[in-house]
Amino acid sequence: MARIIVVTSGKGGVGKTTTSASISTGLAQKGYKTAVIDFDVGLRNLDLIMNCERRVVYDFVNVIQGEATLNQALIRDKRVDNLYILPASQTRDKEALTHEGVEKVLNEMSETFDYLVCDSPAGIEHGALMSLYFADEAIVVTNPEVSSVRDSDRILGILQSKSRRAERGDDPVKEHLLLTRYNHERVERGEMLSIEDVNDILSIPLLGVIPESQAVLNASNQGAPVILDEDTEAGQAYEDAVARLLGEERELRFLDPQKKGFLKRMFGG
Amino acid sequence: MSFFDYFKTKKQTSASIAKERLQIIVAHERNTRDQPDYLPELQQELLEVIRRYVAIRDDQVQVQLDKNDSCSVLELNVTLPENER
Ligand SMILES: Nc1ncnc2c1ncn2[C@@H]1O[C@H](COP(=O)(O)OP(=O)(O)OP(=O)(O)O)[C@@H](O)[C@H]1O
Ligand SMILES: [Mg+2]
Repeated sequence: MARIIVVTSGKGGVGKTTTSASISTGLAQKGYKTAVIDFDVGLRNLDLIMNCERRVVYDFVNVIQGEATLNQALIRDKRVDNLYILPASQTRDKEALTHEGVEKVLNEMSETFDYLVCDSPAGIEHGALMSLYFADEAIVVTNPEVSSVRDSDRILGILQSKSRRAERGDDPVKEHLLLTRYNHERVERGEMLSIEDVNDILSIPLLGVIPESQAVLNASNQGAPVILDEDTEAGQAYEDAVARLLGEERELRFLDPQKKGFLKRMFGG
Repeated sequence: MSFFDYFKTKKQTSASIAKERLQIIVAHERNTRDQPDYLPELQQELLEVIRRYVAIRDDQVQVQLDKNDSCSVLELNVTLPENER
């Protein structure tokens, strides 16, 4: 039985796909057979981040509609063992992700995988709802910024009322907060919400803090999830998040303010 | 507290303004999402009844359900316009 993890946010562009790519890669590196599934029908992007855009033949919707088998559609990652990608369709509309269809595919994948990571589209429409409905756990990706925090709270409400676990009255979906694009210097200057601020408002367990980093852009340029870039802070922060997801306790890193010069300190820089 | 810190704490940072605004809106939205589906319609009908007697705006009737362990309280707030009192 696979554990189903949705990566969700409500708000667009906060780092869901970046996170899905790195978390799934990290889980596979730890030896778990993992698939990352792109639910963003019409706007597929995960394939680019995972560097398999030229190997896509069949997609998620083809499998749902019986035009391809799961094995035909799954793309095996060339760098990391145990890692597979199920790309989204670019041509169909989101309604092609039917409830029964998604359930059937997830059930079939559950038989052979340990983890299924679902990359949600932005918004709270059909595609986003489908990606979270079957989840056992949710990684709520949030930027330290008002609209992102508010949307995350919306999504938490949906997880608590509209997921399969909620409808069945099972144990609730396990919630994790992943704060991304965090800039410690700006927090120090009072220009950006701090970890504590966001925690006070959302009050769900913190999975990790990913710093705002050029390494993320470099990684997506090259089509390599940033977690593979082990020398970077963002890569290491994702590695920590994966370890915590698996139950390990790790201290938060990379949050010490940079050593400030005397003048800067004097003038509150 | 140093001389410079004094000026720093005087002025509210934009992050603390953001936090305060978020706390208010999130609390409000959590409250409305726990409300039963029939509430907006109930509010609308109450509004119509009251309007037969007093001219009021849509936002002058507020209906809210507060659930405790033992019972639920339906709270109805009607703000009447100044000159009608
Ligand atoms: N920690 C980070 N530091 C810097 N840039 C980042 C970080 N995380 C994400 N980004 C950038 O933010 C942009 C959006 O990221 P991404 O595509 O992962 O977001 P998304 O939530 O999946 O978006 P959408 O809602 O459109 O699916 C990308 O350009 C990505 O490189
Ligand atoms: Mg995305």
